Amino acid sequence: MRRTVFPHKVLPWLLLAPQLAITLVFFYWPAAQAFRQSVLREDPFGLSSTFVGLANFRKVLSDPNYLNSVQVTVVFSLLVAFFAMSIALFLAVQAEKIIRGKGFYRTLMIWPYAVAPAIAGMLWLFMFNPSFGSLAWPLRQLGINWNPLLDGEQAMALVVAAATWKQISYNFLFFVAGLQAIPKSLLEAAAIDGASRRHAFWTIVFPLLAPTTFFLLVVNTVYALFDTFGIIHAVTGGGPGKATETLVYKVYNDGFVNLIMGDSAAQSVILMVIVITLTAFQFRFIEKRVHYG
Amino acid sequence: MARIQLKDLRKSYAGQEVIHGITMDIENGEFVVIVGPSGCGKSTLLRMVAGLEGITSGTISIGDRVVNDLEPRQRDIAMVFQNYALYPHMSVRENMAYGLKIARMSKDEIDQRVAKAATMLELEPYLDRKPRALSGGQRQRVAMGRALVREPAAFLLDEPLSNLDAKLRVQMRLQIKDLHQRTGQTTLYVTHDQVEAMTLADRLIVMNKGVAEQIATPHEVYTTPASEFVAGFIGSPAMNIFTVQAEKGMAILPGGHRLPLAALPASGQVRLGLRPEDLEIVDAGVPSIPVVLRSVEWLGADAFGYGVIDGSEERVTLRLAGSTAAARGDRIHVAPPEGRWHLFSADTGKRL
Repeated sequence: MRRTVFPHKVLPWLLLAPQLAITLVFFYWPAAQAFRQSVLREDPFGLSSTFVGLANFRKVLSDPNYLNSVQVTVVFSLLVAFFAMSIALFLAVQAEKIIRGKGFYRTLMIWPYAVAPAIAGMLWLFMFNPSFGSLAWPLRQLGINWNPLLDGEQAMALVVAAATWKQISYNFLFFVAGLQAIPKSLLEAAAIDGASRRHAFWTIVFPLLAPTTFFLLVVNTVYALFDTFGIIHAVTGGGPGKATETLVYKVYNDGFVNLIMGDSAAQSVILMVIVITLTAFQFRFIEKRVHYG
Repeated sequence: MARIQLKDLRKSYAGQEVIHGITMDIENGEFVVIVGPSGCGKSTLLRMVAGLEGITSGTISIGDRVVNDLEPRQRDIAMVFQNYALYPHMSVRENMAYGLKIARMSKDEIDQRVAKAATMLELEPYLDRKPRALSGGQRQRVAMGRALVREPAAFLLDEPLSNLDAKLRVQMRLQIKDLHQRTGQTTLYVTHDQVEAMTLADRLIVMNKGVAEQIATPHEVYTTPASEFVAGFIGSPAMNIFTVQAEKGMAILPGGHRLPLAALPASGQVRLGLRPEDLEIVDAGVPSIPVVLRSVEWLGADAFGYGVIDGSEERVTLRLAGSTAAARGDRIHVAPPEGRWHLFSADTGKRL
């Protein structure tokens, strides 16, 4: 890598300034606010606040609703990341095999990414709403007692499907690029070495895709944890009961709906710690197994 | 080990025929080099034998089996690619063992074969390295090793040396030759480099535009090229070829000079080919070609003279002795010894 030596010390800071300013205003400042809030308790009218130390954290962590939300988030994130990545990989591999109309097919695959989360949520809601959903009726005809407004597992399946559907395009794009970066001659060499297509995929293609897969794992985890708020809000609103209330959704609910600022702030601090730990873990332990070409 | 038989092999892409019917028997243990300029279809031909390209018509048999419809893995062949195609995430050992593991060979057998190939190719110190930690020449040897361990019926090599520097290329060429003599594998080797072609081959296929112009031993290809293309392609510097008028056993050269040549047709135009080393300096009195030298390149043991036939703009290359006193601007007389000329049809380019 080329190193550039700047003549004096002000210029580099000046060049970094816009990025630093954005990070300060939109990340560090709100994060600091959350930290501050998390150790305060506000009176019901929001007129005064008192310092309570870690009381908010203790309260949150002993709240069964919060622990339920943790469990919901783990299930939801694992399912979304797994399905979004495996379906995208399958589609990308299939798209590679197409000879005619490759570009057209790829464009079609990328479109869902341009749909806003809330709108994606509405689309799925319209399709699967038990009373007016166009696909709810056929499901019932198949003998499935389809009612995600009452059945927590069905509601979970619905939000997982909507969140997965939305993320597949993004993953697809990266997997297609990753697949194209693998030289064709490697697969030819594998074919001559006696490998079936399936064997060559698992022993050559999949390991060589590891950098892409790892990157997507990090991105998808963060996506499932945070960016799915709009979908959940539109499809289930965290219900029924609290069956689809993820951590992010609970932060919103407690803070902006129930106006329990201290609890909400404590939750967002915990969430921040979880994401930082998770990402650090991914880089520390999983990345070691990744082969960068 | 096996024979490879190609029968009227053809290949078309979207109605455009690129391989125009190639027929050849490659004997058991023979080293055959496919040589030709880029775009002549030589790699396509090799890939058809490997099963990486489909066959439009004709048959390929390896051993006693027609392999037209077999997958590459069913053809019992090994191939070395131009870019080596080593699996970058596997060590040298794993690269070599990959095919053997798929063949469900026992671990002892795999270890033994890898060790044998590693010894043969001097790769033992690198067995646990990844390809990216190897030099170009080492990678090339790993690619060879990966092919060797499989002990296939035939070896296919697609320009295996073209990514190496000149010095390494000579070394590897000798090593490949040595390897072939030790293993006696039937080998099909593609190259555009005529030195590789001439030195390695038992027999050559000289290809041009999807046609096998000549299939013969290097010696035969050099001494009796079957067509003007072959004559011009093999040999460095290239053969001098010009159009001459035949007239009663005399060839009328550009510039109006007359040279008596046996075996000329009674009349009409023919193409006359004279290798640079076959043009010897003679006295001005005998029938000869007067050449005006425009430059002389001295290489030590010998020298190349570049000039034109006097009275024309027809270029001529001469191979001169290293001790030559000839210099730029000299007018010298040259003539081929008896029989050291080549005549080709002016219409078809075929040898007369």
